[in-house]
Amino acid sequence: MQHIAIIGNGISGVTCARYIRKQNSDVKISIISGETSHFFSRTALMYIYMGHMKFEHTKPYEDSFWKKNGIELIHKYVTKVDTDNKSLLFEDDINLNYDKLILACGSKSNFFGWEGQDLKGVQGLYSFQDLQEMENNTTNVQHAVIVGGGLIGIEMAEMLRSRNIDVTFLVREGGFWRNVLAEQEAKLIERHIKEHHVELLMNTELDKIVDDGTGAVKSVITKDGKEIPCRFVGITAGVSPNISFLKDSKIETNRGILINEYFETNTADVYAIGDCAEFNTPVEGRRPLEQVWYTGRMHGQTLAQTICGTKTAYKPGPWFNSAKFFDIEYQNYGMIPADPAPNHEVFYWEDTTSKIALRANFDKASKKLIGLNVFGLRLRHELFDTWLKKGTSVEEVLVHLPDANFDPEFYKHYELDIINAYNQQYGTNLAPKKKSWKRILNNLKKLQNA
Amino acid sequence: MPDTDFSIAQPHPNKTDAVQKLGLAIAGIGVLILFLAIAQIELPDSGLMLWLSLGGIFIGTVIYAVRTYLTQPAGIKNNGVWFNSMTNRGALGWIAGIILTAFYVQLYWYPEYLGLGSDGASNKGIVALFDPLSKFFSGKPASQWFVYGTLYTVAILTLGIKFMLKYRHNRYQLIRTVVVMISQLFLAYLIPEILNGLNTEAAYYNKDIKYFWPLNYYFFEDWSLDAMRANGALGMSYLIWGIGMFTVITPFLSYFFGKRWYCSWVCGCGGLAETAGDPYRHLSSKKVSAWKIERYLIHAVLVFVTIMTIAVLYGYLSGTGKFLGLDTYKYFSRPYGFLIGAIFSGIIGVGFYPLMGNRVWCRFGCPLAAYMGIFQRFKSKFRITTNGGQCISCGNCSTYCEQGIDVRWYAQRGQNIVRSSCVGCGICSAVCPRGVLKLENGPEEGRINENPIQIGNDGIKVNN
Repeated sequence: MQHIAIIGNGISGVTCARYIRKQNSDVKISIISGETSHFFSRTALMYIYMGHMKFEHTKPYEDSFWKKNGIELIHKYVTKVDTDNKSLLFEDDINLNYDKLILACGSKSNFFGWEGQDLKGVQGLYSFQDLQEMENNTTNVQHAVIVGGGLIGIEMAEMLRSRNIDVTFLVREGGFWRNVLAEQEAKLIERHIKEHHVELLMNTELDKIVDDGTGAVKSVITKDGKEIPCRFVGITAGVSPNISFLKDSKIETNRGILINEYFETNTADVYAIGDCAEFNTPVEGRRPLEQVWYTGRMHGQTLAQTICGTKTAYKPGPWFNSAKFFDIEYQNYGMIPADPAPNHEVFYWEDTTSKIALRANFDKASKKLIGLNVFGLRLRHELFDTWLKKGTSVEEVLVHLPDANFDPEFYKHYELDIINAYNQQYGTNLAPKKKSWKRILNNLKKLQNA
Repeated sequence: MPDTDFSIAQPHPNKTDAVQKLGLAIAGIGVLILFLAIAQIELPDSGLMLWLSLGGIFIGTVIYAVRTYLTQPAGIKNNGVWFNSMTNRGALGWIAGIILTAFYVQLYWYPEYLGLGSDGASNKGIVALFDPLSKFFSGKPASQWFVYGTLYTVAILTLGIKFMLKYRHNRYQLIRTVVVMISQLFLAYLIPEILNGLNTEAAYYNKDIKYFWPLNYYFFEDWSLDAMRANGALGMSYLIWGIGMFTVITPFLSYFFGKRWYCSWVCGCGGLAETAGDPYRHLSSKKVSAWKIERYLIHAVLVFVTIMTIAVLYGYLSGTGKFLGLDTYKYFSRPYGFLIGAIFSGIIGVGFYPLMGNRVWCRFGCPLAAYMGIFQRFKSKFRITTNGGQCISCGNCSTYCEQGIDVRWYAQRGQNIVRSSCVGCGICSAVCPRGVLKLENGPEEGRINENPIQIGNDGIKVNN
């Protein structure tokens, strides 16, 4: 029986294993992870620290699921990959042979060689072990500093605030998550961060971390010379592929494991998916490294086809993403740059509470919708998937926004406010159409039969 | 690696400020009076004491909740739920469970320990404490059931306000909770008490119009039917209404709105579960094994109540009081009342809130929920829609589902949630950090998507 070994039990590796098993009951599948014995949702780590859930709740499948589906779980770290002999070496010096190898080994936190970055109390947040470390490192801490204004940084701030730890948040850029968000949206989130009593320092870079004499952190010093006393430093300056164990293998790597559109590496029968993979030639309009939950899942689904004999290239639909910044939810459909491209026109609307906003980038000439961000509003994914694929104009989208509304029942509707703001800005005379279940379901039917 | 649970105690507890302490002190005095009364300690002026107690509980709790929630930005407030001994089945949770259970045992079987006077003796203890209020309504001293009904209503009103402050950003929760509070106060408490008080000589029958068969299992018992028949137009209206609720109104409303129109909007059991029980909703088991038990048990109770009622009605209509030669009280209605009415719905249903979650009865036992669940599953417009491919499998929805539905199982495969047990409380949708879940009523077509697709991946057709 053919043996497929998957290194990594995150969303990419697990999805791939599940989709292989759906199609083929005649292969042996092993999922190897040194991190945890069972798959858990990495995005939910913060909720364990905050006391919303226990670790067991973050496991998407009951433990009996794996045996039932004939997927073997190996709870060990791999130290070496020998592709000539198709063999893996574990930390306990035991070997495992494979026929096909799927690398889905995820990321690790970036550390940029700051002085003092190895002190006790300094850490990133990516793995389950990081969470355990954070639990220990934050015991009896009064003040913490977070370095890096992105998604993990704000999650860490929310985690620390849930335990009443004072937080100073250092952001290198002039605005929060400014490499993704436009200025108005960055400002909206910054106001909300401050509402949660986080001290937010923009345009501030870490210079070094100071030792208290016992090997633990005492304070940080910023590049403009300011010293901030703290007992905990969260380093959240992005992540990069976790591939150091492949150093001596013949698998070609750059920042990540280099792959083609079929997730094939330079080595026969070795594939890479998820955070750790780097496309030689990225899909048009997308990045060479895709490090979000949804892309990991799609990588796994697609590679499973190839493994099961239907060679299938990666062909994602329109980009989508989501996040939550303290209490403000964020949804994104279609990839839009933080600062508009030359052919982009931007429509931005914010409600009077300044917690709800919508931004649409569209083509100046054709008015075709390029992408849309919403804050504090929920929208139907399927409709935007269709609209973006069809090249629907921004005006048509705004007119049909009531169809897309996904907020809970009885919530205040903003479609009219939004379209009025658009009318005012562009001198149009558009009016929202009443929600139509028929349109919503027809669209869904088309997607299902596609 | 073991599945580690993290810290047991909060290293940085939220400090209770002066206003919160004041609220807690006022509510605490209110509760203390109840305990002193249960201990049958002689209290001066029970009228004043009753108002101090109920007023203290209400005002103190509201002060505390206002101060706690309005000083924070609106949003989901689940920090520390699994660290708190009261809500993680810790020592405080067990103590609360034991006290609640003991209270129900006294209520059903040993009301004399609560102070109920028997054989014409006057009330003592907590029942006597409520005499002035009972006399206000009916001129008669209180019974243990009057005490229970009043405390039940106070709990729903007080903790309903707390719930609304906690979820103040969510209009579905606000409107639902106002309706459930009004239903309890007027339909379940004030109107029946006033009607009973207007004609104290008439035989008793249930006058809560939203408490109907099969949840109200004694509706068709001889004493209940006789009482309705003996009470003229009002009694007959209740008889017709009770039958109409079960046969016409319930199927009709469940078709349009799912069973939530009842379970989380008007029902008394649901009302208590959603307000007083809210801090315990995450304790329901999500295991597949629990789901299996649930399906057998709840439908078995529905069958049981149906057989019991057929037997009782046959005995009544035939005038023999017997069904298949068996005494209908001894062999049918009494066992049901004891096992289901008292032990299941009361003692386990509420007493076990802090141990098994706030919907044990609704999930495993309620025959009305089972009946409506059949409509909800097979013939209804209600569903929880999953939003394309946006689920991140975090598990908040499943964790906070009081009915123990593994919501995530459906959401992560892009499938709508159509489950007979869903009471439509809307908390899964509220706690979802990515806007994936929406409770809605829509066309039946496409409601149940057995072969869901996952939006976002065009390379393959992703069937789950």
